[in-house]
Amino acid sequence: MNPEPRLLEVRKNVLKQNDVVARALRERFRAQGTFVVSLVSSPGAGKTTFLEKTLALCRPRCRVAALVGDLATENDARRLARSGAPVRQITTGTLCHLEAAMIEHALVDWDVGPLDILFIENVGNLVCPASYDLGEDLRAVLLSVTEGEDKPLKYPTIFNSADVAIITKIDLAAAVEFDGQAACASIQAVRPGMNVLKVSAKTNEGMEAYLQFLMENASRNLPKASV
Amino acid sequence: MHELSIAMSIVDLAQEEAELRRVQVDAVHLELGALSGVVKDALLFSYEIACGGTLLEGSRLIVREIPVEVYCPACQTPKILASIQWFCCPDCGTPTSEVLHGRELMITALELKQ
Repeated sequence: MNPEPRLLEVRKNVLKQNDVVARALRERFRAQGTFVVSLVSSPGAGKTTFLEKTLALCRPRCRVAALVGDLATENDARRLARSGAPVRQITTGTLCHLEAAMIEHALVDWDVGPLDILFIENVGNLVCPASYDLGEDLRAVLLSVTEGEDKPLKYPTIFNSADVAIITKIDLAAAVEFDGQAACASIQAVRPGMNVLKVSAKTNEGMEAYLQFLMENASRNLPKASV
Repeated sequence: MHELSIAMSIVDLAQEEAELRRVQVDAVHLELGALSGVVKDALLFSYEIACGGTLLEGSRLIVREIPVEVYCPACQTPKILASIQWFCCPDCGTPTSEVLHGRELMITALELKQ
């Protein structure tokens, strides 16, 4: 008979290193009065177009900037820079998600001055980004009408980890016979009570409501901030 | 697929602990929550690769899967979800987002060589 295994008890959170950096970032942003919003979605859900429009609409009202994660190209950063807001690319190489240390590193010599809202666009991926806290105050998960209404059920972890769901490309809803009720039901199944906003970055439908939502959350989170 | 980098973190942490306590590790025990975003099979496969050339080479990873436990506001008690696609009390059907367990990604013990 085998002897009982000798066990040495330890309790170590595998993601502790990331969580420590994320917590420090969150404290630092809060002290600076910066509200941080991260965007996650599958590739092609319209994150960049949506963010480009968001930055352009926010600029007259508050100080905004964006960090954008991508595997290889800097195309997204170039597109976002057209909004006039400061944008910095984080090229992740083969890594399929952003980690808190990459955010910290990207901030090192980025002289953007005080910000009211910093947006972080994650790599297009509905799996891996779920595990990594980036120090954000609000995580928005995007779902475009051209994806299946049951996508939240297929990727429950990331939808559950988010604070708001944004249905994008709503101008195409009729053309692709998108069932908004079914999509909302899927979202509510994996994250009961989550806010769902519907937008089109192309026609601006729903963008004003989204901006209001952002400003309200930013001011609630940062009572002393100017937003 | 971020399981390889997770596996490397597990090996780093376990190796650090083994060096500190001057022990030889036969297996690493891990709690893996259903909402951790990590796939067990991919992690086991990656672990073997991540162990290569380290003090943990040849060791095993023993995974204990943790189901999602939520707090049901109607029953006023913790409940285990029947499915992570349905965040409702399995008994009364009340929707709930209050997750108590299921996000774990935690090394709980090192099993030592005899």
